Formats: sequence, C-alpha cells, structure tokens
Amino acid sequence: MAQGRRFEHLLPGILLLVMACLATVFVGCDSGLHRGVHLFLEEPFPKKLSAWHLFAGAANEGHLTPNTGVLPYDLNTPLFSDYADKYRFVWMPAGSSAEYKDDAPFEFPIGTIFVKSFAFPVAGRLGEERLIETRLLVRTKSAWVPLPYIWNAGRTEATLQLVPDPVRIRYTDAAGRGHDFTYQIPNTNECHECHDNNKVLQPIGPKARNLNKDFSYRDGVANQLARWVTVGYLRGAPEPAAAPRAAKWSESASESLSARALAYLDNNCAHCHQPGGTAGYTGVDFRLGHFDAARFGVCKHPNSAGNMGERRYDLVPGNPDDSILVYRLESTMPKVMMPQIGRDVVHAEGVALIREWVTSLHGSSCGNVAPR
Amino acid sequence: MPWNIDGTFFSQYRSQLAWLFSLSLAAIAGSCSHAPLDMQKHLQEQLITAKPGAVIEVPEGKFHFDRTLSLTVDKVTLRGKGMDKTVLSFAGQKEGAQGLLVKANDFTIEDIGIEDSAGDALTVQGGTNIIIRRVRAEWTRGADAGNGPYAIYPVECKNLLVEDSVARGAADAGIYVGQSENVVIRRNRSEYNVDGYEIENSENVDAYENIATHNTGGMGVFNLPNLPRQGGKHVRVFKNQILDNNTPNFAPVSLGPIHDLPTGTGIYVMAIKNVEVFGNKIQNNNTVNVFLIHYDTGVGDSLQETASSPITQQIFKPGDTRYYPFLQQVYVHDNDISGGGKSADSRITVMKQMADALGGSLPDILYDGRVDPAWPKKGANAGQICIGNNGAASFLNFDAAGGMKRPVRDLKNYACTLPALPAVSIPSVAAQISATPNGAIAR
Repeated sequence: MAQGRRFEHLLPGILLLVMACLATVFVGCDSGLHRGVHLFLEEPFPKKLSAWHLFAGAANEGHLTPNTGVLPYDLNTPLFSDYADKYRFVWMPAGSSAEYKDDAPFEFPIGTIFVKSFAFPVAGRLGEERLIETRLLVRTKSAWVPLPYIWNAGRTEATLQLVPDPVRIRYTDAAGRGHDFTYQIPNTNECHECHDNNKVLQPIGPKARNLNKDFSYRDGVANQLARWVTVGYLRGAPEPAAAPRAAKWSESASESLSARALAYLDNNCAHCHQPGGTAGYTGVDFRLGHFDAARFGVCKHPNSAGNMGERRYDLVPGNPDDSILVYRLESTMPKVMMPQIGRDVVHAEGVALIREWVTSLHGSSCGNVAPR
Repeated sequence: MPWNIDGTFFSQYRSQLAWLFSLSLAAIAGSCSHAPLDMQKHLQEQLITAKPGAVIEVPEGKFHFDRTLSLTVDKVTLRGKGMDKTVLSFAGQKEGAQGLLVKANDFTIEDIGIEDSAGDALTVQGGTNIIIRRVRAEWTRGADAGNGPYAIYPVECKNLLVEDSVARGAADAGIYVGQSENVVIRRNRSEYNVDGYEIENSENVDAYENIATHNTGGMGVFNLPNLPRQGGKHVRVFKNQILDNNTPNFAPVSLGPIHDLPTGTGIYVMAIKNVEVFGNKIQNNNTVNVFLIHYDTGVGDSLQETASSPITQQIFKPGDTRYYPFLQQVYVHDNDISGGGKSADSRITVMKQMADALGGSLPDILYDGRVDPAWPKKGANAGQICIGNNGAASFLNFDAAGGMKRPVRDLKNYACTLPALPAVSIPSVAAQISATPNGAIAR
C-alpha cells in the first residue's frame, strides 16, 4: 500500500492520464455504452464523475441533464439533508431490471447505478444552485459500492473523494430565512452508517412505498412504479394502487397526521433503527408498517443515550417536551442529535410535525414517576 | 472550523485540490515526518482503504479529530505507541457521537488513548474476534454529566477480550460489555466513572483481576428488558478489586436506571442467573459492598408503567415479554469483603431508610429476597442464592417483596454451594491469552 502511494506521489499526472484512459476503454460495459452510460464494476473506479457519462454535457449551475436511460425519480417522504435540494436518478444496464418487493428495497440487478446530487441555493442569486456533491451507489458483482464525487468550484467536474472536506453553506431561502452552517459530506464509511443492514450495504430510498407517487417526466406526469415497469427497470410490480404508499410528510391537507409522522420517522430514522441496522441494538424500530409501541420508544428508557436533559423516556405520549425523540431532532449537538450524521441544521418543519404528533398521543406521562 | 495538527486553518476551498493533495499527503506520510499532516483525514482514509490483514500504526503524538473515526474492514489492527503516547483527542467534536466506531470482525486495537469524545469513546458493534488491549478511554475533565456514556463500549460482539485498559469519566460505564458472548475482561482499571464495569445481557463472561475504584458503583452484572438480545447468563467475577467506589452519581437522568445507582455500590447483580462472584476484594463501598437484586429493586419503574399505543390508542404495559426479572443461582464465595455500608446514599430513599432502621449502616451483602412464585422449588432459598466463606461479611435479606416485614440476617439458609462455572474460552485469542503475562497495569 505504502509503495503504491509513493508511486502515485511521484507520478500523479501520468497516473491520472492512465486512469482516464482506463475509464474510457473499460470493458464489461457493452450494454452501458449502448445507452451512453459507462459502467464500472470494479476498482479502480473513475476519479472523475464525467467518466460515467451519466449526464449530458457539463453541469450547468445545478441543472443536470440526464443521459439516455438515466431516469429521474423522487420519494414521497425523503431523508432531510440540511435543506439541500436532492436530484435522484437511476440507471440499469440494458435488458436488466429490478425485482419488485413490497416492504424492502427492490432486488436490483448488477450494474444498477443510483445517482444522488446535493445542491444548495447561491446567496444573492435567485433560482441559482450550487452543486456540492453527487453520490453514486453502484451494484457491483459482489456488493453495493458507495462513491462520493465532490464538485469543483466551477461546477465543471466532480472528483471521487473517500474523505471529503466540509463545506460552508450560506444563503437566504425563499422565505427569507438565513442559513449559515458547515455542511459535512459523509465519508465512505459513513455511507455504511445509514446504508448497512447486517453489515450489507443496501439502497434505502427505492422501496415501493417511497416510489409510489407521480413524477413530472419530460413527456408528462406518470406514476413512478408504472414508469419503471414501462422502461423495463422493474418487474413483478402490482398496479400502483395495489402497492404500498408512504404519506408525503408535508401534505397536511391530504394526509393524516399519524401517516405523515410515521412516514417521516420511517425515512429519517428507520435506516438505522431497525433490526440489523446500525442502531438495531437499541431495540428501537421505526419502520413503517412494523409498529410496536415499546420498540417505538414509548415509555422506554434509552439504553445508551447520554445526557438528554431531564428526560427519561424516548417517547412520552402527549408530551413532546419530555420526549427524547423530539429533543434529539431539535438538537445539533453531536452527542444528542439524531440522525447522528448527515444533518447539520434542525429541520424545523419536521420537528413541528413530530411535536404535533407526539402531542396528539393519549396520555401525558409514563407511569407515575416524576422526573427528579 | 476544523484545524489540522499544526493548527493550519483549512476551509472548503481546499476541497478543490483535495484529491491530489490527499495522494501527496499519503505519500509524504510514508516517508517524511516533517510534512504537515491532516491526521483526521489521513487516518480515516487509512481505515477506509485498509485491506484485511492491515496493521495501521499511529505515531506518537496528540491528534485532534472533530468527527467520528470509523472502520468497517475486517481483520485490521490499529496500534499506537502507548495509551499515553498516542492520543486521539475528540475535544470539540462536531460530527458523529462516537470517538472511534468499529463495525468489523477480527479487529484489534492496542496502545492508544482516546479522549473527550462527544459520546462513547470506543464503540465496537457486532464484531466477532475483538481484542481491546492497553487502550485508555477518558474524559479529561473528570466526572461530568456531559461526558459520553461509555468509554469502552463493545456491543453485540462474540469472542471479545478487553484487557489492560483504562477507563475514566464515563457518565454511565467505564468498561461496558453488552449483548455479547464469550467475553474476557481482565486486568483493566476503571475509575471516576458512574459505573466501573457493566456486563449487560451477555453470556459466558469472565471478569477478573480488574480494578474498580472511585466510581459511583464498581461493577454491575445484569439483564435489562427491551434489548434485542435477552437472557444473559454464566458470568464469573473473580479476583477483582472493588474498592472505595463512592464518587457521587453524576449520570444524567436520561441514562435511566444508572442515574439511580446508589453512590457507594460495590458489586451489584440483577435479574440474571448463573453468576459466580469469588476471590474478590470488595471494600469500603459506602452504601453496600454486594447488592443482589430483582429488576424491580434496581430499576423499579418502567415494567409497572402503562402507556397508550400511538396507533391503536390502547393502554398497554411497555414491558418486554421475553424479559425475566428474577435473580437466581448466584454464588458469592471466598471474597474479602469489609468496610462497606457505612454511609448509604441519601438520594436513594429506600436505602437510606433501611440504613437508618439498622442503626446507621447497611450490611456487606444485601439481598432483596424476591423470588418467582412460579418456581417449583419453594422454601427459604428458592432463588438458590449461595453465600459462603466471605470472612466476617454481614448479610441481610431485606424482604423487598414482603414490604421488609420479614428480614433475614442469618446466613444459614444461604450456606449452599453451586457448581463452579466453567472458564470462558475464546478460541480466536486462546494463544494470545496464554502468551500474555499477568502484568501490572498502567495507573
């Protein structure tokens, strides 16, 4: 390892050139070439995002034009990421498709690429966005591989970085609210924090309940599950009406409070808080459709929480101020906050939703134990 | 803003050059010790790119990290130059709750100090064949409710060895082993924590030749409900020194049961079966030297509580139906027990009242006498709590279930013996165990 690195130090330019050549002639991607996307299934993965040919031309201030076969999608209730705008795409090799599953991420074929780009508004320039990072999740022959690409200042190229540096974000949003914080880009190990289940890295978002919604494609509005079937990316799926559907967390007019809150907890907490997840050992399970009161933390002592003020229980029905769940969502202190990574600011609207939901639950205490 | 080891400010602008820069750094690190080195980035990169079998050596020095360091690669050894010479400091941590977070098998860490993490200092989660050796995990400001809960925190591990390590300042336990099996904890020193050692929901554990001193409590061996792994058992606690654990409890209320651990507890054994406590020196723990209890005595609230289901709105008891709260088959023998119980923690009403009723002090060994009515074996000692050869140690069954109406001071009902529990064997580290001399540990 050390020798290899010394070699790179001596000849970085040549190495870059070699890698670029390798990237363009890499084999095993015939079907990829057919669609224009270049697929890489083993190390070394390209150092430049452009080598994948996922987008047409250079990124133009956040507007990523997908290449042929690169299908945009979004989720009913996404993970909150510091108010970043997130642009999601999926691509699969020609002739391959994912197998539908009701309650888990689909079974995706080798060669599947998920592409998620994170962008923030640019201070003083209405409507403009600054691309920060584009994360790829690639299904290789043996495993899913996370590849974080970080955009340069000119937004002309993104480079693969295992341990990216934090980025200062400053802007005023459309509502006039100022944002000024340090955005921590997860390193590749931190990808595992959220994506691992029983030590196997899995996609999180692309489940039936999250994808079962309409999307505005270039040629019109269509349900995403139906569209994935149409383009050959999904097999075995029922009609959208018969598939599970998570609530949209913010749509208070059409969705119940409980459905919105549980969808929010599912997509912001359950990737760790489920059996086999990073926080499986806590016994807390926030998966939608797996509700169990004690495993939702109702009147449950946390088992390794640390200082949570005077709070004793994860969730006290009717009492958000005494609920550690709410306290953690409202915090940005590293020991207190949840999720532990991937969030640097408080999601005020999400907190408001969970507060309202906890308040709506029956009761106002856990037994007759008064806080000390 | 993060600062590297030389105090050089780095900002987002560096990200533009970060890739080339990091390659150069890696090369420099291998050959030249004078170059500025961003150890946070460098070590994390080493941990990410390590191949199985790698030994990552961290040089002497104090290195600052503002986010969790993590490892997911199997068969990696992380080695410093000594627990006081190679120090990973997380003071001012900005991201992540842990100091070092390991989710890998066949992991060894040795000769490293970890200081001032926001949450737990060293977490090893779900690993098989884990060795933690000569590691110091500490909060340098001393006892403080704002410290992380656990210094050394292996959880859901199998074949685990924790030896010759030091833990200080944890707001819960200095050295914790939870939901694990085949565990040896030996020759460690744990001090100025709330709990010195905790063995929780674990099976086949040997804890020996450890020192627990100046904690709130010395060592706990117990099972708790609502955790995925239940039914911890077969724990041997022997040849330890559990001395002067009288540091006022500084656990925050959110740590639940541990917040109510009486200051001045020596060894407590709760809601577990097959525990052997022998050959220990247990002295001068001011509330009680040895505390043998049912879950309700130690925690006493949550199993009795009711709440309503957020979904069905029905009232339920949040208890865990898999959980068994009784204590049984505990053998306490051949210990050197003295000087405890002189000043029971006045914060814990029941202990204080009992001490007052007994003329001011509590006996050395306190047993709550709670037995499962469903047990077929009735009689004076249905729980098979056996106590013998503990010198002049005094005893009291305080009859918690009977409202303390029928206390028993006489040990004759408890003068039984139980078969010795077998020693724990860890196949993966057996050779190392036999090859390691019984040395004194760092103080």
